[in-house]
Amino acid sequence: MGKARSAGAHRKAPGAPAGLRGGRARPNPNPFEVKINRQKFQVLGRKTRHDVGLPGVSRARAIQKRTQTLLKEYKERDKSNVFTDKRFGEYNSNISPEEKMMKRFALEQQRQHEKKSIYNLNEDEELTHYGQSLADIEKHNDIVDSDSDADERGTLSAELTAAHFGGGSGLLHKKTSQQEGEEGEKPKSRKALIEELIAKSKQEKRERQAQREDALELTERLDQDWKEIQTLLAHKTPKSENRDKKEKPKPDAYDMMVRELGFEMKAQPSNRMKTEEELAKEEQERLLRLEAERLRRMRGKDEDENTRRPKHMSADDLSDGFILDKDDRRLLSYKDGKMNVEEEQSREASDDKSEEEEEGEDSSEEDPEESDGPDSHSDLESDVESEEDSERPKKEQHQTSGKRLTRDGQKVREAASTELPYMFAAPESCEELKSLLSGKAIEEQLLVVERIQKCNHPSLAVGNKAKLEKLFGFLLEYVGDLATNDPPDLRVIDKLVVQLYNLCQMFPESASDSVRFLLRDAMHEMEGMIETKGRATFPGLDVLIYLKIAGMLFPTSDFWHPVVTPALVCMSQLLTKCPVLCLQDVVKGLFVCCVFLDYVSLSQRFIPELINFLLGILYIATPNRQSQGYTLVHPFRAFGKNSELLLVSDEEDTATWQRKSLSLHWASGLRAQTKAEANHTRLCCVAVCLALVKRCVLMYGGLPSFHDIMSPLRALLMEHLADRSHPRELQELCQSILTEMENQKKHCRPLICEKSKPVPLKLFTPRLVKVLEFGRKQGSSKEEQERKRLIHKHKREFKGAVREIRKDNQFLARMQLSEIMERDAERKRKVKQLFNSLATQEGEWKALKRKKFKK
Amino acid sequence: LLEAVLASRGEANAVFDILAVLQSEDQEEIQEAVRACSRLFGALLERGELFVGQLPPEETVMAGSQGATRKYKVWMRHRYHSCCNRLGELLAHPSFQVKELALGTLMKFVQLEGAHPLEKPKWEGNYLFPRQLFKLVVEGLLSPEEDRSLLLSQFQEYLEHDDIRYHTMQAASDTVAQVATGHPEVPLVFWNNAFTLLSAVSLPRQESDISNFYVGHTELSDKWKVVHLKEHRRAFQLMWLGFLKHELPLSLCKKVLVIMHDSILPHLAQPSLMIDFLTRAYDIGGAISLLALNGLFILIHKHNLEYPDFYQKLYGLLDPSVFHVKYRARFFHLADLFLSSSHLPAYLVAAFAKRLSRLALTAPPEALLMVLPFICNLLRRHPACRVLVHRPGGPELDADPYDPGEEDPAKSRALESSLWELQALQQHYHPEVSKAASVINQALSVPEASIAPLLELTAFEVFERDLKRKGPEAVPLEFIPAQGLLGRRDDLCAQHFTLS
Repeated sequence: MGKARSAGAHRKAPGAPAGLRGGRARPNPNPFEVKINRQKFQVLGRKTRHDVGLPGVSRARAIQKRTQTLLKEYKERDKSNVFTDKRFGEYNSNISPEEKMMKRFALEQQRQHEKKSIYNLNEDEELTHYGQSLADIEKHNDIVDSDSDADERGTLSAELTAAHFGGGSGLLHKKTSQQEGEEGEKPKSRKALIEELIAKSKQEKRERQAQREDALELTERLDQDWKEIQTLLAHKTPKSENRDKKEKPKPDAYDMMVRELGFEMKAQPSNRMKTEEELAKEEQERLLRLEAERLRRMRGKDEDENTRRPKHMSADDLSDGFILDKDDRRLLSYKDGKMNVEEEQSREASDDKSEEEEEGEDSSEEDPEESDGPDSHSDLESDVESEEDSERPKKEQHQTSGKRLTRDGQKVREAASTELPYMFAAPESCEELKSLLSGKAIEEQLLVVERIQKCNHPSLAVGNKAKLEKLFGFLLEYVGDLATNDPPDLRVIDKLVVQLYNLCQMFPESASDSVRFLLRDAMHEMEGMIETKGRATFPGLDVLIYLKIAGMLFPTSDFWHPVVTPALVCMSQLLTKCPVLCLQDVVKGLFVCCVFLDYVSLSQRFIPELINFLLGILYIATPNRQSQGYTLVHPFRAFGKNSELLLVSDEEDTATWQRKSLSLHWASGLRAQTKAEANHTRLCCVAVCLALVKRCVLMYGGLPSFHDIMSPLRALLMEHLADRSHPRELQELCQSILTEMENQKKHCRPLICEKSKPVPLKLFTPRLVKVLEFGRKQGSSKEEQERKRLIHKHKREFKGAVREIRKDNQFLARMQLSEIMERDAERKRKVKQLFNSLATQEGEWKALKRKKFKK
Repeated sequence: LLEAVLASRGEANAVFDILAVLQSEDQEEIQEAVRACSRLFGALLERGELFVGQLPPEETVMAGSQGATRKYKVWMRHRYHSCCNRLGELLAHPSFQVKELALGTLMKFVQLEGAHPLEKPKWEGNYLFPRQLFKLVVEGLLSPEEDRSLLLSQFQEYLEHDDIRYHTMQAASDTVAQVATGHPEVPLVFWNNAFTLLSAVSLPRQESDISNFYVGHTELSDKWKVVHLKEHRRAFQLMWLGFLKHELPLSLCKKVLVIMHDSILPHLAQPSLMIDFLTRAYDIGGAISLLALNGLFILIHKHNLEYPDFYQKLYGLLDPSVFHVKYRARFFHLADLFLSSSHLPAYLVAAFAKRLSRLALTAPPEALLMVLPFICNLLRRHPACRVLVHRPGGPELDADPYDPGEEDPAKSRALESSLWELQALQQHYHPEVSKAASVINQALSVPEASIAPLLELTAFEVFERDLKRKGPEAVPLEFIPAQGLLGRRDDLCAQHFTLS
């Protein structure tokens, strides 16, 4: 072996400098040990791994390894003794040396302890802290803290110990020195020291007493405060209030209450009373979020994005806090019998909310009015849990909201309302509902609906959800019936709208379905009429009211909405397909216009039909003449029997006219009693129409072709102005619209309709092909490649293993050989020695013999 | 009675009784009598017991000294004649059943008379048809007094037969001419009847089809005019031209124009003769012009008609009512065709695009859904017009250079303008419209969008589509709680309406 190594070293001599590049970074490579595997051809891109080798070194390493492992085994092959190392954790690398030491120490101690304790009873191990006996420390503390109460003890002792042990002031060392004998410095005599200590402790005691008195005083004050707060709190949490009542006989049991309060807090952390600011903020955040959501939907840009994103404004979102509290507000209020007042209040509250919203959600100012709304919410929110014992919160409600209530009126109404049964089964058909509701006063009807809703709340029974869903449809139908009545019960509808809204919030899907069903019915009817007669007439008031209600139940500003979009189309149909034949049609048409504009009031969308319709209405308010600058479109004709429908020629009527809101009863077949009244209504219509025109002008001012849209209207308004037959007020309105239009002119149109061109560069994506590599197997599929790789690896490993075994055998054989050789050499040496001694003996014997012979 | 007459000539005077019953007022009796007549004269015609040839006046024959048989025949022929006249009168009977029966009987006579002609053939194989009798029928049908549409629809099944059709055409053109010249003021009913009859006539496409004769012939001869489609066409053309040269009421004009392109023009021998009528209609304006456009298009397209200022007139046709008329689909289909040529000058196309988009500002959504792709298609076809939506680096203007009042598209300065109207329509309330209008924001894609499925779109369909469409998410809800029917205080409804 040594021979081989030397031979290798000799061979390697020429490639010495290349050895520097060798895989292992060795400080001083022997240039004679490096072997270069010379390449015959330089192949570009091929990685060479074995261009340099250190055969000598590696062989030496291999031999060394074998001598350590194989040779050992070989030598111990016939031995059965084993050496075990019992040191704790000697071979465990998980434990750090310190820990190891600690454990060993502990073990040692344990062993010692056990050993001693058998015979030595009173020898205890001394516990120390920073080298001082703990027993001593305890003794000392007991003296000092004897009168402090449990609470303060911990802190004080800590303070003392810190002062005594950590500070090294030497005071305590005096005492401990007897046991420990650490430091020898004693600046004062013992007696003086003790006196000082006593004085100190007394002073401390006094101080503590004073403190405690202070604390007592404070707690008393706190108690009083608490009582005050308690009354306030009682409004908010009925439960706590309950407890308050229970504990009234012993109001000083502050502790108990505190504990109980704490208990409650822990039990229901979700119902923590929020402060007003928090609530206001939350409400505002909610509104902000909803508004943002609305804007997103209005733009309608990211429709497909929507599908991926989980929608967070869902019905649940609203219903969990919002609807229920609305419900309860209703509940409370009807038990009070003060529906109207409550309603007013809620209106105020939500007005505030809308104000908040309109103010751009600044959230900077929060005047008390604003926080009013959320406050009332908070009251009611907490009421949710206590549906059964709503009696008590009711009283509370009186205190907060009942400032405006008049007691006696309330009682009268209460009496009236108690006549109604409290439980109502949900109606199974519309007729049933009608029979329930018909012939009752407005309040009673509301009550009935209310109670149906309450009794069948989805949380109470399984089938209630379906029942309430149906109830929504029936209510809608009922509203339609009310609207078709003569005269229509608009007031009832007005109140029922709130119920509809609440139901809709609970079941958006079914509500939208039923509204769509109604719209579809209306459209079907109209379509049928168009097909048979070629034109339609304006539908009844019910359809108009449905349209209006749909706009209140669903967000009208969405880019696309399953209910609102069909409703918009429906209204457009009304405005384009229905010719205006009488004054009633004008009122209906104007109402549709109003609803239409309300629909788009947030989204500011453009409605061509509306402009056409208003143009037509204005046209029929002027005397016929050759039109110039505008053309009328479909439902209106330039000439015909209805082309001067709204023209008022009576001077007197124009003079006596007063501007006021139009009554919806006009739309349902109300006939004018006198000619003057009819004329007044006409003028009202014109006024409304002009107001709508103005609104349109303001709304569409930003549109790029605003003037093209408005030019017919302008021409017509000019005519109106020139006419001078209108009352002064209308003329002023005309004038203001015209100036408004002129003002819009400053919107200088941007001429360049710039196309935002996305760069339409055609990009050829590179085709990815595997780089051809020599020497690597080009497998067809991935699996096959993998398989081949594995086979190859296995083969290599196998070969490696075989080689290892062979080398092991060689090594062993070498070892055996060397052993045998050694043994033989020994034997030979011994034989030689024997021969040697024998020869010497022989020689000596011969010499002796010769001497004898000579003798 | 009937059998008696048929059985012996001696009982022949019983015919008078039958004819007398025919005059009666009672509906049942008349029907009975008509049936009797039908059987009686049918049998007589088959037996050949009626006089053949030029009919001499009754008195001379009676007074004359010819044979009894001849006398009988002549006399019978006279009775037959009066019967036919009476039947013709019965076509105006108030009861429809009677009318129907009378018509059926007359047509049966026509058939039998054709098979057993009452005239002497002038030469062998001469084509004979009871023209007199048939004219009587057609005149009865085209009554100027009352609407005969029901009867005409009954008559329509006879028009399946080629010979009947041919003779109807001839008779109808005669009658129309006669009535039109006879009356100073032709009632609307007559025109309606005439139109119903005329429109019921539909010619076969191929000559080989003409073999379906009502009157049975043993053999067909090539010499007969009836056999040739060309003759049919000539008769057809004569009939229509004769009809259309009169001042027709507007409603009828519309009806004619509606069927013009597919049931009249292809069958005319010389379609270009229609140009007078079409030009007249085209100049009337409004919906009629739109309809006339179709016929004109066929003439221009297939018959090389030269029409001066065609595009200018087409341009003039575009007014706000285009989107509201019934024939919107047809008009835009044609306009699409007219403007599909890539050889049109850019100014013209630009003017059309600009005008259409200006009109779109007043259009209902269903029309907008159609016209917006239409405009985009125009811009696609004519890259020179793309400046309308893409004018980089153009100067800032104060007002739209486009002049909407200008009649001549060349002078409207549309090319200097831009389609701001489409930009405005991007704010339209209907999502689909808004999307369609937003197309111009990007560079227009190369393939044209087909507007064919959009042409017939009605508002109701749009509505249904919106209803059916399902959003991916739950229905969004309004988050501002409702307070009352009229909404909040700042809402328009609450401002202008009250509940009481």
